[in-house]
Amino acid sequence: MSLAETTSAPEARARGPVPDRLRAPWEAKLKSWESLLLVVAIGIFILNSFASPYFLNAWNLSDATFNFTEKAMIAFAMALLIIAGEIDLSVASIIALASTAMGLVMEAGFGTPAIVATGLATGLICGAFNGVLVTRLGLPSIVVTIGTMSLFRGISYIVLGDGAFRGYPSDFAFFGQGYAFWVISVELVIFAVLAVIYGVVLHKTNFGRAVYAIGNNATGALFSGIRVARVKMILFLLTGLMSGVAAVCLTSRLGSTRPSIASGMELEVVTMVVLGGVNILGGSGSIPGVVIAAFVMGLVTFGLGLLNVPGIVMSIFIGLLLIGVIALPRLWAKLRGKA
Amino acid sequence: MSFVKSREAILLAAIVLLLGLIATRFPAFITPHNLASVYSDTTPLMILALGQMVVILTRCIDLSVAANLALTGMVCAMINVAAPDLPVGLTILIALTMGAALGAINGLLVWKLAIPPIVVTLGTMTIFRGVIFLLSDGQWINAHEMSANFTGFPRQVILGVTVMGWIGLAVALLMALLMARTALGRSFFAVGGNPHAAVYTGLNVGRAQFLAFVISGALAGLAGYLWIARYAVAYVDIAGGFELEVVAACVIGGISIAGGVGSVLGTVLGAMFLGIVKNALPVVDISPFWQLAISGAAILIAVTFNARSGRSKGRVILKSAEHAQ
Amino acid sequence: MRDAGRRVTAARSYPPQIKTGPIMGTGQGPVAAQGAVLALDRIIKTFPGVTALDQVQLELHAGEVTSLIGENGAGKSTVVKILTGIYQPDGGQILLDGQPVSFPTAQAASGAGVTAIHQETVLFEELTVAENIFIGHAPRTRFGLIDTAEMRRRAGQILSSIGAEIDPGVKLKDLGIASRHLVAIGRALSVEARVVIMDEPTAALSQKEIEELYELVETLKAQGKAILFISHKFDEIFRISDRYTVFRDGQFVGAGRIDEISESDLVKMMVGRSVDQIFPKREAQVGEEVLKVVGYSHPTEFEDINFTLRRGEILGFYGLVGAGRSEFMQSLIGITKPSKGAVKLEDHVTIIRSPAEAIEAGIVYVPEDRGKQGAILDLPIFQNVTLPSLGETSNRGFIRMAEEFALTRQYTERLDLRAASLDTTVGSLSGGNQQKVVIAKWLATRPKVIILDEPTKGIDIGSKAAVHEFMSELAAEGLSVIMVSSEIPEILGMSDRVIVMREGRIAAELEGEDLTPETLVRHAAGIGVKGEAA
Repeated sequence: MSLAETTSAPEARARGPVPDRLRAPWEAKLKSWESLLLVVAIGIFILNSFASPYFLNAWNLSDATFNFTEKAMIAFAMALLIIAGEIDLSVASIIALASTAMGLVMEAGFGTPAIVATGLATGLICGAFNGVLVTRLGLPSIVVTIGTMSLFRGISYIVLGDGAFRGYPSDFAFFGQGYAFWVISVELVIFAVLAVIYGVVLHKTNFGRAVYAIGNNATGALFSGIRVARVKMILFLLTGLMSGVAAVCLTSRLGSTRPSIASGMELEVVTMVVLGGVNILGGSGSIPGVVIAAFVMGLVTFGLGLLNVPGIVMSIFIGLLLIGVIALPRLWAKLRGKA
Repeated sequence: MSFVKSREAILLAAIVLLLGLIATRFPAFITPHNLASVYSDTTPLMILALGQMVVILTRCIDLSVAANLALTGMVCAMINVAAPDLPVGLTILIALTMGAALGAINGLLVWKLAIPPIVVTLGTMTIFRGVIFLLSDGQWINAHEMSANFTGFPRQVILGVTVMGWIGLAVALLMALLMARTALGRSFFAVGGNPHAAVYTGLNVGRAQFLAFVISGALAGLAGYLWIARYAVAYVDIAGGFELEVVAACVIGGISIAGGVGSVLGTVLGAMFLGIVKNALPVVDISPFWQLAISGAAILIAVTFNARSGRSKGRVILKSAEHAQ
Repeated sequence: MRDAGRRVTAARSYPPQIKTGPIMGTGQGPVAAQGAVLALDRIIKTFPGVTALDQVQLELHAGEVTSLIGENGAGKSTVVKILTGIYQPDGGQILLDGQPVSFPTAQAASGAGVTAIHQETVLFEELTVAENIFIGHAPRTRFGLIDTAEMRRRAGQILSSIGAEIDPGVKLKDLGIASRHLVAIGRALSVEARVVIMDEPTAALSQKEIEELYELVETLKAQGKAILFISHKFDEIFRISDRYTVFRDGQFVGAGRIDEISESDLVKMMVGRSVDQIFPKREAQVGEEVLKVVGYSHPTEFEDINFTLRRGEILGFYGLVGAGRSEFMQSLIGITKPSKGAVKLEDHVTIIRSPAEAIEAGIVYVPEDRGKQGAILDLPIFQNVTLPSLGETSNRGFIRMAEEFALTRQYTERLDLRAASLDTTVGSLSGGNQQKVVIAKWLATRPKVIILDEPTKGIDIGSKAAVHEFMSELAAEGLSVIMVSSEIPEILGMSDRVIVMREGRIAAELEGEDLTPETLVRHAAGIGVKGEAA
């Protein structure tokens, strides 16, 4: 009857006290997806500097960050949402609606503070709407947010038709066109601050731990006393709020609102999150990964732009990146398994 | 379950009610001639929705259908420009084959590499659009560049309905036959409804999903030719965002996103509902810009309704409770 | 099927039992291999950490019903999966008419005439009754289409042959549970079956339907089919079986003719080893009342549950699978809402609406389903252990990892957890060590009441003993323990008092001399108790 403890390899070596860790934390980090991504980012950076003489210029590089800052803001919240096993495809439409709401407030003669507050509040309300449908009614988030993706942008179209809001106050330009100091844009500062906040929340707090637990096994998390519905609701609110922040920045940068604003951005946000190593099925991923992925995508877009590659062709790269990032490791594992 | 209580019947009643409401403001809308033209106009949506239905039945989703339509349509248009005398039948065959091949790419990634369908099709959606740009160099192909029988074929009218409408009807009937009377069709329901049990009965879940994507792709390809020919123009952004309307038609038609539940009739009615709304808006003096919001709201209402009616009953342990049910 | 007639005659003439193999268990050896339609010969099946089947044997004879008897975890369902091509054995062979065969797929098994009536979960809600019966082998028309009319006609024939009045054209989702079961039976009969496996066929049926099922079994016997019957109910085992085979802990214990063994001997074979030798005997130091449950009811799952639990007590909950024990326990910790009833915890009426509130109140639940409900398999051990106690190991919501490791070490060392390190994932551990992590996780919340649902199901003997010993220790320290178990030795060896549940209700409360294997089985199965303490 001794079929007990010798079956599984890691347990065989263990008698007596169990150590906390086998590998030092830095050792695990060295072999992570994030490290690989960082190498890729540096590689692209070097490649770009050879490909175009205009690349290594502080102002050009600063311009390049606008390619990803707004998307990355949403990607942080989206990363948490996807790690928790849900998704929000309506983020770009939330931007459209929030921008439209800001335009209405602006037309009514309010100043910049009210415009910004409206943008953020609209984002929160949209997030709450998604969150209630998913957590209260138990509907699948993918269908809900495909629905709200049409609904939110649809409302913008109802308000604006083929028109646009223009003439935002000049101090409103601060968010999307301002610079904190030298070449560091306000958007880049917001991006950096949010990166730190989301990094700390996900990796250093009980809330972040709950997010991982829910994404790995929502039932198990519920049985462990995690308030699953509440955590998911907060994540939808955060995603909505971040879309509102992005709407403020984007509207400020463009200086106008059209209902087609930010169209297709949800795809780039999801791609950024997945490229950053977040498992699309939930349960794992990190904020540093998303930060590096943001830089990679920004550098690729910027580099191709310098080479005069049109935007739609860049989207081929984005699509290939999205599928390739997931497919290649699986293909590799499959081939190795057969060998 | 009698038809009267089924969700198809509810949807049919909703459509009749909708037509009645429209008729009070604009009686000409419900003349046979106008209804036939609304039907023809809705045909591409219906064809795509029927393909999407199969995919959703197997617990997947195909967001690349509109891009597939646009790419296949562009290729058909370019072939037509290069070889104006090619018979239309051959063009349709090319469209079906090419669409199926694009669908097979999705299907293989889902089947062999087990990549979530949403990721696969979000990716291929952008790739297909990009490829159109590469092929066309961003140029439009306009009506005068296409041959007359290429653009004319779907618009010919037989018995008051366009050829496009008849093709749509044929597709719907074929799909009904496939879903109801073939082992493959029934396996889509089985695989999506209870994948665990499907394994017990020896069905291959991944293979069924692959075939669903192939069917969806082939129908998108067919719709691609019809679309380009009907509107006599091909460019990169054709049918942009149309995939959402297709999913909306399915959800409204009662296809459960959880898989395994749905019907051809429901899907057809779902597409018709959206088509009528779309065509009625200008008639009753509502801006066409309302359309997007309406289909979004329709998705949400339909999915909420589906979830309410489809909530599964728990296991019943108490004998008294079992008899009470 | 050409020689079915001969088999029927053979079965009715009751050939004398020839003992061949080694004498095992209580003395009944396996019967002769000659004449067995289907036999398992020294079949081995292992899963990571557990040997599910250890050289088991089983023989099924034409025109006879063989009951496979054993407790939960004895290996019955694994045998069914091997016979139907879902699992492949790791050793031994399957013999069909004495010839070795293999069933690499479900189709191979049904092609060879081996068919099973699984539970209703193996059916398809959205397909019609006829389609459920014929999926995979539907009759075709000349054009290759499914011949719906023919399929329905044949389904109707099959259903009426088993006395079921079900329209083959309705969708399965419109049927009740009992009818679904008849469809499952119809499915098994739709192929040219030689061997029919019935896995707890009467679990969901009413008495009238059970009678009809017995008639059906007689019909199948008369047709010369070999039947494998799996049931926990002794009355029906004795009523319809010709032979029995007993498994215990994945091993063959004995086999023979049912009319040559008594009910109590069969229970003994099934339960096996003497209870006293295995379970840590301890002095019960039962203190004051801690938990009182009054009139707890649920619309469909349980009704009118009343009991009290005292400090330092281990209260066993026994019953057949599906008696409503887990459902009740999960309602106690706020997973599902009761329709009526109240809970008093240490003199306070407590309302628990979620597991989070249960933890706060001091009631914790170690679920039966470790992989889904108990542990988060892909997270490391220490993160699993601290999950319900994050408030303890953190400072204003910020994680303090050193304290997490300290807390984890404290409880896993007590349980003698074996692992490479505390940051390995729980999924990489054996079942026994996974269970230790789950128990450690709940003890770290310092509860007043701990509910253990099948605490030793699917874990190895060594870990089993550790869990049992630990339970005794906990009770001795003043923790109140509720243990849900379907294993009779465990219930008898560990509990101070036992509540038996049947069909969502409390059937009996037993302690002292009343607590015997026989009384447990009788109350759980609803066989009238003959006298006191049989």
